[in-house]
Amino acid sequence: MIEAFEPAPDTRGEIILSARDLTKRFAGFVAVNGVNLNVERGTIHALIGPNGAGKTTCFNLLTKFLQPSSGTIHFNGRNITNLPSADIARLGVVRSFQISAVFPRMSVTDNVRIALQRRRGDSFDFWRSQSVLSAFDDEALRRVDEVGLSEFAHVMAGDLSYGRKRALEIATTLALEPEMMLLDEPMAGMAQEDVTRISALIRKISANRTILMVEHNLSVVADLSDRITVLARGEVLAEGSYDEVSRHPGVVEAYIGASHE
Amino acid sequence: MSLETPAQSQAEALPVGTPRLHLIIFAVLLVLLLIAPFVLYPVFLMKVLCFALFASALNLLLGFGGLLSFGHAAFFGSASYITAYAAKDWGLSPELAILLGTAAAAVLGLGIGALAIRRQGIYFAMVTLAFAQMVFFFAVKAPFTGGEDGIQAVPRGHLFGFIDLSSDLTLYFVVLVIAFGGLLGIYRIIHSPFGQVLKAIRDNEPRLISLGYKVQRYKLAVFVMSATLAGLAGATKALVFQLASLTDVYWTMSGEVVLMTLLGGMGTVFGPLVGAAALVTMENYFAGLGAWVTVLQGVIFVASVLLFREGIVGVIARLTKKSL
Repeated sequence: MIEAFEPAPDTRGEIILSARDLTKRFAGFVAVNGVNLNVERGTIHALIGPNGAGKTTCFNLLTKFLQPSSGTIHFNGRNITNLPSADIARLGVVRSFQISAVFPRMSVTDNVRIALQRRRGDSFDFWRSQSVLSAFDDEALRRVDEVGLSEFAHVMAGDLSYGRKRALEIATTLALEPEMMLLDEPMAGMAQEDVTRISALIRKISANRTILMVEHNLSVVADLSDRITVLARGEVLAEGSYDEVSRHPGVVEAYIGASHE
Repeated sequence: MSLETPAQSQAEALPVGTPRLHLIIFAVLLVLLLIAPFVLYPVFLMKVLCFALFASALNLLLGFGGLLSFGHAAFFGSASYITAYAAKDWGLSPELAILLGTAAAAVLGLGIGALAIRRQGIYFAMVTLAFAQMVFFFAVKAPFTGGEDGIQAVPRGHLFGFIDLSSDLTLYFVVLVIAFGGLLGIYRIIHSPFGQVLKAIRDNEPRLISLGYKVQRYKLAVFVMSATLAGLAGATKALVFQLASLTDVYWTMSGEVVLMTLLGGMGTVFGPLVGAAALVTMENYFAGLGAWVTVLQGVIFVASVLLFREGIVGVIARLTKKSL
């Protein structure tokens, strides 16, 4: 378990998020086993691997939707291992979900506005009219427009197509202007035209932020990511650029073993 | 840069005028309620008003916060007992007795809520039910609750020391102010910045956490608000019927208020009012049927769950494409 880990991750300025020996055990099963992960600021970092490799569990650990059994997580040099999820979001690490995460019975604009509303701090003012929130309307509409949804601005989010829900989810996340975004399978279940659209969107929003994403679509991964970590059976199998990892014999084996047979 | 054709259709119509529509409905409702006691029996109307407030309080929690409490009788009933006791044994004036009963429900709501919100879904409902049963047994056993008899012959007293409430008609207008005020308060809560957060919790709690909201605090806050308003309804009811009894804290009371909310339409503004009016009317006017009223209620419950799950007002809202 204890191994040399020379460069302390928090002193190197370019590492924004690092996980060290991250482990999650469920009853009788180790889903994530001693994962070390360093994400450099300003990059798109992809986490790939066959089904059951522990990618989503890793995501849940990094955003504290699951509590790690052991290991530490640092964000901007700060130990966030014991922070609750909401506090991690407040530090600027905002995640998306594998199933599209919108507020279905609220309008598209209201979905984005609920994120903007965070800027007021807490919203316990139950005695005040919600018209105070109209201060955020312009920005909400701009954000909705940014992801190409302006003609649906007043539609209930639950009535949107799948691809548009994902776009709305990204707009909502962006409204928080997070330093870092964690996208859990942004292309899952999407038609090709949506994939192209969301790919372009991700590239656009990555301009001044860091993105860590789990993705199955390898052409998207090849196209977008600067660095790739391959997980298999809960452990890091390889890490590097797309060319590097795609030549890695273990990766080839894991993928061919898992997806072509 | 927009990735799709930039939309020209800003004309996709905001639901303009919805608040205005609500205002009109509230105004019409108020006028009807001002005339009603001269046409209908005031005690019946007061019962409807108390249950409309009770059901709206539950709807705040269930329809907007997405939390199903199956123990709201605990708040309704304990407020009823404390108001009755304060008015009868301590001789407190009606406004103070109601205030005390409501405050007690708020404190109880804080205690039960703090524990219940740690669980979700069916477990949340079960925890609230369990606590409500504890309150029920307390009401059965405690020395000052009158056991099976309850607290009877509660004096209505003089409001602010000079308005004699012994007349049903006078009391009716006091109850109208309380209930209508409570309903407007709930309306404001669900249309406040806090209300927006509530709806988001109902729609997708993990997503809201991922946006940095500390949802537990909001859930506790709405639980306490709902318990307080349920308490206000129970306290008022104690003065109307001059009685606090085990019926008020029994689990069937919790079930009945859930039924009112579902039948009227949970998550709608006016649904609980319609649901309360419908069920209270049935109980009163079909009382001659005896136990068959319960059977009838059961049939209505099954029908409403199977055939129109959105409830009466929910169906109307869908057909008219208006938010009600």
